[in-house]
Amino acid sequence: MKFVEGIKADATADIVYLMCPMHLLRLDELIKTVSPGQVLEILTDYDGALEDIPEWCEKTGNEFIGIEETGDFFKFYVRKKSD
Amino acid sequence: MRKCYFDHVAANPLHPEALDAMMPYLREEYGNPLSLYPLGTNARSAIESARQSVAELVNVKPATIIFTSSGTEANNFALRGIARAKQAQGKHIIVSKVEHHSVLNSARYLEKNGFVVTYLPVDKHGLVTPESVAAAITDETILVSITHASREIGTIEPIKEISKITKSRSVLLHTDAIATVGNIPVDAADLGADLISMTAHQFYGPKGIGALYVREGLRIVPLIYGGIQEGGRRAGTENVAAIIGMGKAAELAKKEMAVREVHTRKLRDRLVDGVLKVPNVYLTGHPQNRLPHHASFVVEFVEGEAMLLMLSMKGIYSASGSACSSRALKSSPVLLSLGVPTALAQGSIVFSLGTGNSEEDIDYFLQEFPTIISKLREMSPFASGWGKSEEVNKCYTGGS
Repeated sequence: MKFVEGIKADATADIVYLMCPMHLLRLDELIKTVSPGQVLEILTDYDGALEDIPEWCEKTGNEFIGIEETGDFFKFYVRKKSD
Repeated sequence: MRKCYFDHVAANPLHPEALDAMMPYLREEYGNPLSLYPLGTNARSAIESARQSVAELVNVKPATIIFTSSGTEANNFALRGIARAKQAQGKHIIVSKVEHHSVLNSARYLEKNGFVVTYLPVDKHGLVTPESVAAAITDETILVSITHASREIGTIEPIKEISKITKSRSVLLHTDAIATVGNIPVDAADLGADLISMTAHQFYGPKGIGALYVREGLRIVPLIYGGIQEGGRRAGTENVAAIIGMGKAAELAKKEMAVREVHTRKLRDRLVDGVLKVPNVYLTGHPQNRLPHHASFVVEFVEGEAMLLMLSMKGIYSASGSACSSRALKSSPVLLSLGVPTALAQGSIVFSLGTGNSEEDIDYFLQEFPTIISKLREMSPFASGWGKSEEVNKCYTGGS
């Protein structure tokens, strides 16, 4: 897993305390709202996202930048692919 | 025999337009709102349109409204969901002593699970003072939950003033606005509450559907896990028809609120004036700052259940205490918290009016009520030989 720090995001979805598959649904919704090259941030405490979000990026061709761990939840960063 | 329904805080009749709006979703539009074909997407759009109407009723963004199965669920969700979400910051919660069971019992559940709960006292009119909230807040406090209005005594609490305190102390504020939303103007921003519970059957919508407003950006732990309904915050296939009914009722409530209020207030004031002419009957709750359709009393030397039964035999339907506690045969904790003596609290009776009530209903009721009280007092072992007790004098100085 790639750990990052201080990434600036263009859009954020806070889904802390919400379960699967909210992380994938919100990711899918949010990616449509940003421009290519912009960065999404997903805040979640759902462990399954550790596997799901990198896999989603691989499938969709978006760039998985990495995660930042906080005390209670993870911050996932994804860059939207170019058209 | 005339039928006078005076128990609108227990349930309202369903508005015919709400029923009409619901019917297609009980018949031909039966699809699951998550399904991707038109039967599903039609139901989904109808839900979102209902969410918009409910949001407009309390002046918030639609995405902040989470539909629940009831007001009780909304209250449970607010208390337990916020307690879980905020427990790392503290484990102290403040509620008042005039809360509904769905708040009080949620607080007790949390108490059994490591939280500390302060039960705030109220004055003789049932008012929670903002000063008492301020004094009870500690560094550990995460949530204050005060009802907007008690369904038992009708008193409207100073939520706006309380919210100024909770905001300044960085504590969340929940208000159980089940009795007020749809009946009097409730504006979330103006009230300053972070969470607001509401239910449809208090404003001529169907039973079995409520909602919780959760301020944008606020994290809450779900009560019910499962699918992605309500943004993953409240799983379970939606009660589509009920949601549509709530949406329609919310739209009508917003439009007709002022007219309904004038109508019920006028009838309520006549009812109060008439009832207080009967000796040894006292108004409970705040004399002015109360729900416009609500009148509650304690009647000395009689027992609430007996009054209910005799009124019911005359076609007059009312309640004694809360809809739940009237079956539990115990003195209302809400009335006791006002300082009403235990014996007097047994003589509790609550009338709540609605759009279907008329002047003739009040005439009929005021003709029957004194006779019923006289009959019950003739049978009462307490009526003769008792003057007004010191306790009663203390509670109701100068009568009503």
